[in-house]
This record gives sequence, structure tokens and C-alpha cells, in this order.
Amino acid sequence: MKSQAAPVVALGNVGKTFERGTVALDGFNLNVRAGEFVSLLGPSGCGKSTALRIIAGLGEASAGTVETSARQAGDIGFVFQDPTLMPWARVAGNVHLPLKLTHAQRGVDAVLSRAAVDRVLAQVGLSDFENAFPRELSGGMKMRVSIARALVTEPHLLLMDEPFAALDEITRFKLNNDLLALWQELRRTVIFVTHSVFEAVYLSQRIIVMTPRPGRVFAEIDIPAPYPREDRYRMSSDYAGYCHQVADALMAAMAEEGR
Amino acid sequence: MTGERILRIVLPVAMLALVLLAWDMAVRLLAMPPYVLPGPGLVFSTLIADGGLLWQSLLVTLSITIEGFVLAALGGIVLAVVFNQWRLIEYSFYPYAVILQVTPVIAIAPLLLIYLPQSLAVLACAWIVAFFPVLANTTLGLNSVDHNLLALFELYKASRWQVLINLKLPAALPQILAGLRIAGGLSLIGAVVAEIAAGSAGAGSGLAYRIAESGYRLNIPRMFAALLLLSLAGVAIFFVLSAVSHLALRRWHESAVRREH
Repeated sequence: MKSQAAPVVALGNVGKTFERGTVALDGFNLNVRAGEFVSLLGPSGCGKSTALRIIAGLGEASAGTVETSARQAGDIGFVFQDPTLMPWARVAGNVHLPLKLTHAQRGVDAVLSRAAVDRVLAQVGLSDFENAFPRELSGGMKMRVSIARALVTEPHLLLMDEPFAALDEITRFKLNNDLLALWQELRRTVIFVTHSVFEAVYLSQRIIVMTPRPGRVFAEIDIPAPYPREDRYRMSSDYAGYCHQVADALMAAMAEEGR
Repeated sequence: MTGERILRIVLPVAMLALVLLAWDMAVRLLAMPPYVLPGPGLVFSTLIADGGLLWQSLLVTLSITIEGFVLAALGGIVLAVVFNQWRLIEYSFYPYAVILQVTPVIAIAPLLLIYLPQSLAVLACAWIVAFFPVLANTTLGLNSVDHNLLALFELYKASRWQVLINLKLPAALPQILAGLRIAGGLSLIGAVVAEIAAGSAGAGSGLAYRIAESGYRLNIPRMFAALLLLSLAGVAIFFVLSAVSHLALRRWHESAVRREH
């Protein structure tokens, strides 16, 4: 299967230096294949969000090469750390926004876009809330709206920047499960940024452990546990073993700082 | 909480009654002549007796105020959008907008009266005073859009126009409305100042002109009656604009949402 092997994202020796001289990334390499679930794991300030923004085209790399499969607006979906919803628009309006903004390029007509909004809201379990305003929703529901909005253009690549970091643990576990179910159903490529070892091990096929300042790949760890992964997996000794392995790598990566 | 709400209505009303009573007592006990200080009863009966004349004047002042307000609102919002879209224009003109604002309008009014027909000069004064808060607030609102939302629009390659219409203007709405609320009161002040400045030049028939005219004629009760009407007009403008702001924001903005406990 050729498409299976085709890289969706290929970063070669990417560097990023901010105006004030902070080196966020240095010699960062990343290859992500179609359909993969990859996590970038590292402490705050290790450049993982910067890398994600460069992949999304929201920031220029200072050095190196950036290739993605994105050809037009809407090929990449992005979920921010905060829900980042427009407070003046209802749920349906927020989810519809990407179709509205890319209308000229994608030409999705009103009927089709209505159907697309309904479909993604059903996928995140919010069909009954299309007329609600964001302030009427809980933190977890807002994040679901944000995910629905990222999916509405049917992107092949979904970038998530610590999307569940601000949620309570129970809500986070639920959203982890729902995200995995969605990923298995839709078979999109996901790059997921997190600073939680446990979340990365639960979700990912592959974990990139990064060093802080400058951000570099310290280790790549495959998590071969089969999907579907459910709450039982969280309790398994396999899971504990992977967590141990990844946590060790993270500790070693943090010791690299300043070297 | 309802007890507190009742207090918030009862206390100011009681305060008003107390002041009116003290005023009336003072006038009676000190035997004040009405051309120095008329009692509240006389002011009220003057308001009724001169009702037709004062009402006409009120309409004149109000129509200038509303025209000045509408022009200030349009001018302030359009200028803020232009500044926001083209930085060079902002750099070129913003200092002069500030200068126009900080120069007291009472000092500008006589000059405007020389170069403009009187009705236009009065309107210009109302506009000058009222447009700056709209400009400043709208600018603030347009510039304080959530950075991640801006990044989201960038991700979908939104045009500048799309960002303005779908993001910046709705995000700035609370600040725009706050600016309009200030501008409402200020355009009344601008109209009054200009009328008083023009009043010494002779013509005019607005409420402020009536106050100046009554002053020359020592018709103090009518001065008070006209002042009362002006205050009421200002209060009415404030309440109307507050209500509009509340209706526009009540579904989504924290300032207008009643907290539930």
C-alpha cells in the first residue's frame, strides 16, 4: 500500500529561533506516515508547540525543510490548548466557520456544509447542542466543539496542541477514549502534543520524546499495544511498562538541558 | 438578593425626596426670592407653564445630539477600522485625533461658529466631543482579538476582509458598545456647549440657549426647568444605549450575563 507509506509530514533539520534569540528548535527531524497517531512529548518550552505550528503553516521555520501533504486550506485541522471558540457564535456557527472561510477555495455549498456540521457534531456527541453558546457548555464540551470544528473540512492531518491539558482527569480520560474511537473510525493522521507521559502512552502508536531548549528529538518509542485501547488498557501491566520506559526517556531528555 | 434590589430603588428615591424637602424648606425659611433660588414647586410649575416652549427647545437639542452621535458613531467606527487595516494611516492621523479630543470643545466652539453656519457648527461640536471614545474603544476592541482565533483564521487562509467581518468586529462589539455609551452622553454635552457659545452670538432655540437666555432675563425658575429637562434627556440617552448594549451582548458576553449561583 503506497499511500500507507507516503509521508504526511516530513521535517528535515528544522530550526526555529525567535526574534529575542530564544532557540526553540534545532535540528528537529520528524516523519509521520498517513494514518499514524504520533505524540510529541516533552516539558514546557521544549518547542513541541512551535513544531506543531510550523507544520500547520502558522510559523516559518528559521532553518531546514518542511514538507506536508496539505495542498489547500482545510487540509489541516488544528486543535488549540484552549477551545478557542467565538463566544458570540453558537456551536453550529463555530463548527461551520472553516467551511465558511474556505468557501472560495473548496466551494462546499450550503446544503453540504450543513450536512458536514451535523455529521461532525454527531461524531463528537454534541448533536443536541448546536444552538448553544460556548459559555453554556462545560470545558469538556467546548473542547469537543473545537475538535468538531477541526474535523469539519475532512482534513487528512489533525494537529492537537495539548488539547486536554486544562481538563479534569475524568473528562480527559473520556475524551481520550472518544478521540481514539474517532481516529479509528476516520483514519486520519494525528500529531498530538502533550506533556503527560500517561496520555501519550495511552493514545499513541509512536512517541517522540523531545529535549528542552533547544527542542530536538531525544528518543522515538513505539507503543505496539493493539487498538481499540480502552480503560482496561490503562490498568494493564503492558501500559505500566510503556509508561515506565517513556518516563525514563523523558527524565534523560530533561537532563540534556543546557548541554 | 431581592431585598438588595429593592434597596437600590428605594434609597435613591428617598434621597431625592429628602433633598427636595430640604430645598423647599430652605427657600421658605430663608425667604429666598425666586430670582435667586426658586423652590422645587415653582420649578415644576414653570416646567408645566413653559412646557410648549421648552419641549420645542428639547427637540432641537435632542435632534442635534442624535445627529452628532450617529455621525460620531459612524466616524469613530469607520476610522478605527481604517486605522486597524492600514497602520500607516493610523500613524499619520491618530495624534491629531488625540489633539482634537484633548482641546476643550468650549474653546473650539467660537472658532467653528465663525467659519461654519450655526447649525453645522453646533453639530460639529457634538461630533468632536463624541467621536473619540468610539474611536479609542473600537481600536482597543479590534486589537484585542484572541491570538489563537487569529491563528485559526490564518490556518484557513482567511482574507483580511473575512478576518474583519467574522472575527475582529464581533470580538470588538463589547468595546464598541461601551464607546457608544460614553459618546451618547458626550454628544449631548457637545451640543449644549456649542449652543451656549452660539447663544451669546444671538440666534438659537435649543435648551442650552434657553438656559443662557433665561439667565440674561433673570428668569431663574425657567433656567432650572430647562436644566431639569437636559438632565432627563441625558439619563434617557444613557438608559437607551445601555439597553441596546445589553440586548446585543446578553447571550454571550460576561458583562451582560446574569450570574447564576
